Amino acid sequence: MTDTRMTGVAEPTGSGGVAAVGGMPGDAPPESPDQAAAQVAKPFGILGWLRWCWRQLTAMRTALVLLFLLALASVPGSVLPQNGTDPASVQQYISQHPFLGPLLNRLSLFDVFAAPWFAAIYLLLFASLAGCVLPRAFRLAVSARAKPPAAPRHPARLPFGVSYQTALRPAEVMAAATTLLARKKFRLRLGDTTGDGSGDVAGGAAGDVAGGAAGDVAGGAAGDVAGEAPGSAWLAAEKGYLREAGNLLFHIALLALLAAVGLGALFGYKADILLTEGNGFANTVASYDQYHPGRAVAPGDLQPFTLWLDTFRASYVQSGPLRGDPSSFSAFVRYQAEPGGPIQRYNLRVNQPLNVDGAKVYLIGHGYAPVFRVVDGRGHVALQQAVPFLPASTTDFTSEGVIKVPDARPRQLGFVGVFLPTAVSVGGRLESAFPAPLRPAVSLVSYAGNLGLDSGAPQSVYQLDTAAMRRLPIAPRPLLAGQSMKLPNGSGSVTFTGYRQWTSLQVTYDPGRFPALVSAVVAIAGLLLSFLIRRRRLFVRVRPGGEGLTEVEVGGLARSDVAGGFEEEFAALSAALRAAHDAREGEAGESTAPNEPAPALPSATEDEDRT
Amino acid sequence: MPVNIGMARLSDHFLLVTVVIYSLAMLAYAGELAYGRRRAKATATQREPALAVAAVGSARSRPDGPGRALRDGPGRAGPGGTVREGQAAEIARPAGPWIRAALALTAAGLATHGLGIVTRGLAAHRVPWGNMYEFVTAITCGAVMVFLALALRYRAYFLGLFVMIPVVLGLGLCATVLYTAAGPLMPALHSYWIAIHVTAAAVSSGIFIVAATATVMYLFADRHARQVVAGAGGGGIMRRLPKPEVLDRLAYRTVVFGFPIWTFAIIAGAIWADQAWGRYWGWDPKETWAFITWVAYAGFLHARATAGWRGRKAAYIQLAAFGCLMFNLVGVNIWVAGLHSYAGVS
Repeated sequence: MTDTRMTGVAEPTGSGGVAAVGGMPGDAPPESPDQAAAQVAKPFGILGWLRWCWRQLTAMRTALVLLFLLALASVPGSVLPQNGTDPASVQQYISQHPFLGPLLNRLSLFDVFAAPWFAAIYLLLFASLAGCVLPRAFRLAVSARAKPPAAPRHPARLPFGVSYQTALRPAEVMAAATTLLARKKFRLRLGDTTGDGSGDVAGGAAGDVAGGAAGDVAGGAAGDVAGEAPGSAWLAAEKGYLREAGNLLFHIALLALLAAVGLGALFGYKADILLTEGNGFANTVASYDQYHPGRAVAPGDLQPFTLWLDTFRASYVQSGPLRGDPSSFSAFVRYQAEPGGPIQRYNLRVNQPLNVDGAKVYLIGHGYAPVFRVVDGRGHVALQQAVPFLPASTTDFTSEGVIKVPDARPRQLGFVGVFLPTAVSVGGRLESAFPAPLRPAVSLVSYAGNLGLDSGAPQSVYQLDTAAMRRLPIAPRPLLAGQSMKLPNGSGSVTFTGYRQWTSLQVTYDPGRFPALVSAVVAIAGLLLSFLIRRRRLFVRVRPGGEGLTEVEVGGLARSDVAGGFEEEFAALSAALRAAHDAREGEAGESTAPNEPAPALPSATEDEDRT
Repeated sequence: MPVNIGMARLSDHFLLVTVVIYSLAMLAYAGELAYGRRRAKATATQREPALAVAAVGSARSRPDGPGRALRDGPGRAGPGGTVREGQAAEIARPAGPWIRAALALTAAGLATHGLGIVTRGLAAHRVPWGNMYEFVTAITCGAVMVFLALALRYRAYFLGLFVMIPVVLGLGLCATVLYTAAGPLMPALHSYWIAIHVTAAAVSSGIFIVAATATVMYLFADRHARQVVAGAGGGGIMRRLPKPEVLDRLAYRTVVFGFPIWTFAIIAGAIWADQAWGRYWGWDPKETWAFITWVAYAGFLHARATAGWRGRKAAYIQLAAFGCLMFNLVGVNIWVAGLHSYAGVS
């Protein structure tokens, strides 16, 4: 990911402040009629077009389509070999499919997750997300202290409702309800429809909660006054504002996660090295077999550590049906965090990387490096070293490799070899019976001639270019450790002196790692908040009824009830309200305690306010 | 430490017994559908009048009835609309003898299932989910647990048959195709993260199995309900299914329960990948499909909240998401080479 992509997210967000967010379900604010009319009047203005595009982009429907496109676009990345994980398979695929291969390559289908079209999808998605979430976060912040809406005329007709009569006066009913709901940490708003007694409705308990209630009475409930008897009053209570906060937190955390990934891609690097026992390397670009720096990484930014591999040990299951499966790997290394610093030891294992100043060293592979001594035709030692062979089989670790002896005279020598860690003869054929080096042996095919190293063309150390070489007339025969083989025509001799093991190490540095973790944890927390908390409202309305009784209506509404259970909560709350009223009544009520409803698959609501 | 052969054999026997008990439970659930008590006929065509809470101490009757049903019914909110206490009661009718037998069998099967997993862990001296055989054993156990919890909490017995079918199939595959002898973990799995990451993945997969089951039932029940509305009859066993909106909501709830756990499983996997492979995300096929699955379930959750996508469309999205989950479990393990090659299936 590059910096231009990152600003791609930020740019539309900044300009997004002007446009209203369209298409979001739930509580997107309705546009004023003037605005809507203005838009209809000049639909083809550039601003209008931009606004229209932005609204389309931030619509939930678009976000959904983009989400599915993202999923769909990821599929080829798992089906086709990818350059990021397995470049050798990509080359093989391209050479095997002469028509399809280059075509797919042109479409970036071997680099799906770095492809421009993939980036286009997720950047549009995140722009859409930002356009939806940021205005909503702003609105949430603004409305953090807002009061719940006025009670409806008949709260008992809401999805959850109950109504009953009590001998208490309306003001007393309201006082009891206010006390109870304030104690339950509901945000309250009180109103009465007559104007007298509004001051003492709140009572002492809710004095602070209902601080602004008097002002709301006139405005919010004004339309409600008509037709209500004197002495009527209402109470609106709301709870669960954290739900929207959690929802927004989740989506903002996803944006932060993308930023963290971008940070890693810019300032991080990844490098691979094959290290044989007894050797070491310094963390410099030149040391590495493969080096993939981020865009903003300079060679001088690499941590100045040095590391040596002392020994590598692998152990395998010795018996049973899983015989030969590896059971543990460990590499004993020494390292120096900076030149002149103290030398420390570390046991590098598969799940235990070494951390040096933020750069992490991982053990990702291992193999055998048989040691050869080659004496050329003049009797000089032309080569004496461990040559890493690549495992051809991970079950028995039969390994293949190439020995190039450019210093051999009169002719250069080359060998193609097979290394068998536990050589056994099966029907005249030599095979490896176990991955551990119990009876190591090599078998070599010898060549003499020109290795072609001076031609200037790059060569793989694992392949022998035999174009200018001649195979020596000697039957390959297995050499055990210490055995040697005399080459014909006075070309010299080759000795298999023993073996060492090599490890392939990966060094990575990713400054986005920790921010990504934090974002992910915040995302989970937000998700849980938004799923576990429901936003619910409770309304109480009292009216003077006949015979000196007061009619009480209680209604409840869960604006989002994913987690369920509002039914039970409403039953408990309304029962508590009644109990409070009955207690105040002081006389034996004719009422019965409400039954606890059987837990069922409840919920009277839809989750309507998701981004 | 060598594998405890006796314990490993005991584990195999426990799991075989489990398959037998689950099959019997499946028969009992089927028996309930075929011969159990019929649903009150009235509820099939009209709504129960009022909320239980409103019915109790209220002197006033509530203006409920057809008009209300229209307002709250599919017309307003689609299948995700309101459920009244009447419907809740309808699926919450008391358990008959078939159901009691089935539940007892399920509980017994879950016990032997759990014992089979525990003894497997004891045999190999490690967390018992190191290969595909063990993982499928674990997710089927998770699915049965989730179902049993729903059955006890919400009396959602009707799910029994349809949850047991995939569970028995999965365990049957375990015993035949996927079977792997107990043994040590490969070095790549030597980390306490296996207990965290794989457990979360298994639990959420189990939950998603139940959710997908409920969704399939929803699709059937919804088709049946529409046939009834169209006057096309539609009888038989379909009449015994709960209302489509009940099933839809149950499926949704179950996904909502499983989604954070799946998210957590992915994040735990990323942390582990960072420890083991040097990057927290590398688009390994398993990672890619976990991501696709996550995106698909997220799409389902959003679709449920978007006008025009609710109901059957959302249900299809959920089933597609479940398909991705299953492909990740089966397809990626068997056909796609990647770093997550732990299946032990050759």
